[in-house]
Amino acid sequence: MSELRFTVDHEWLRLEADGLVTVGITPFAQDALGDVVFVQLPELRGYAAGEEVAVLESVKAASNIVMPLEGEVVEVNGELEGSPERVNEAPLTDGWFFRFRPVDASAVAGLLDQEAYDRLLQANAHA
Amino acid sequence: MSTETLAKTPLHALHLELGARMVPFAGYDMPVQYPLGVLKEHLHTREQAGLFDVSHMGQIILRGENAARALETLVPVDIVDLPAGMQRYAMFTDENGGILDDLMVANTGEFLFLVVNAACKEQDLAHLQKHIGNQCQIESLFESRALLALQGPKAVDVLSRLAPEVAKMTFMQFARVTLQGVDCFVSRSGYTGEDGYEISVPVEQAERLARTLLAEPEVQPIGLGARDSLRLEAGLCLYGHDMSTATTPIEASLTWAISKARRADGARAGGFPGAERIFAQQHDGVASKRVGLLPQERVPVREGAEIVDADGNVIGQVCSGGFGPTLGAPVAMGYVQAAKTALDSDVWALVRGKRVPMKVAKTPFVPQRYYRG
Repeated sequence: MSELRFTVDHEWLRLEADGLVTVGITPFAQDALGDVVFVQLPELRGYAAGEEVAVLESVKAASNIVMPLEGEVVEVNGELEGSPERVNEAPLTDGWFFRFRPVDASAVAGLLDQEAYDRLLQANAHA
Repeated sequence: MSTETLAKTPLHALHLELGARMVPFAGYDMPVQYPLGVLKEHLHTREQAGLFDVSHMGQIILRGENAARALETLVPVDIVDLPAGMQRYAMFTDENGGILDDLMVANTGEFLFLVVNAACKEQDLAHLQKHIGNQCQIESLFESRALLALQGPKAVDVLSRLAPEVAKMTFMQFARVTLQGVDCFVSRSGYTGEDGYEISVPVEQAERLARTLLAEPEVQPIGLGARDSLRLEAGLCLYGHDMSTATTPIEASLTWAISKARRADGARAGGFPGAERIFAQQHDGVASKRVGLLPQERVPVREGAEIVDADGNVIGQVCSGGFGPTLGAPVAMGYVQAAKTALDSDVWALVRGKRVPMKVAKTPFVPQRYYRG
């Protein structure tokens, strides 16, 4: 399954065939943040939903990445430590942040799908 | 704050047309970046030329034969002997020696031309009127003139296409220059550490001049984001962050800006607000002062971060910090206990609960490249 899901915090998730969930930030989020110059990746451990797991620093400011669903982080994208600009260049592919094993994999399907996320962006644009 | 309450510079429509991302700054709706992005805007300015709209800043004229002497009662700077055609950095001090604002003062030969910070301009104008309003004529140009900064190694090539005489100006020189038939005030100065010019132009002609400069192949529009990273790499202070009424020029490491003639042993010693405290600090030293800081890891250390020593004692606070695109590394400035400010001293910043090692470093972090002839 490769369909992307989204959160209101502008993170994307993809449930992989092995049951792990990959997380990154959306093109909208990277554009709003501006040039990313530093990424502090999560520790490999369990996190509660909504807990801060990572920090993104752009030229302008620091932003938190929160855990979208409860689970255990099992892998991080170490490439971002040396090349944080990948978050801007390829937010949906090489710019991924971490993979986690969700406590409840079915919760992924309950998040925003592409259509719902696009509506959220449109609503924000008109706010 | 809703955008309706924000003031607009004469270039506001142009910023929108160029695709700028606008943010509130000092009561103005200002471009923080253009589609190029902060990082590339910064690098472009160091390599080519960048055009900044700084029309939110306050421009003030002081006229009258006593104007220079009058202004000297408010700043620790030699204005009386400022030659015609020269500009000088200054600051308004208060009774405690704290800094009310920093400014540029140019002697045009006819009058004094001041440029003050946007957030302080109304207060500065009131300050001038209250203290020296009876000694000279004070004219606010807040509504009548825009201010553009053209910065970078190619700025001279670009501006001299409009007026060849600007190429001969050297750093901190000032001249009235006709650009596109318009009487402009031009100084060879800026806030990036690069060679360049600041151009005061009547509001009505500002957009035409900006469009002409932007049409030159070397020039990109640059927003406030890159303006901040450029000035930070150049070690230049930002009012309200790196200095304020809570800091004196001595604590802010701006002793160099106090003119010889106005120092305790100078020809016109003192006579500005807070002189006694400032002289005492010059003589006795200060408890803490502003220094450059180079974080030794990749994480940016930002304003407000506490600074600790090896034992974890708090010894200061970061006043400006971020990522320096030209350096390719984080840079910061902070106030640190004077005893711990020797160059290369090890100090630590607390960032999200973690200790980030930093070294006390000299500023500027990147070499200034002013044109001195």
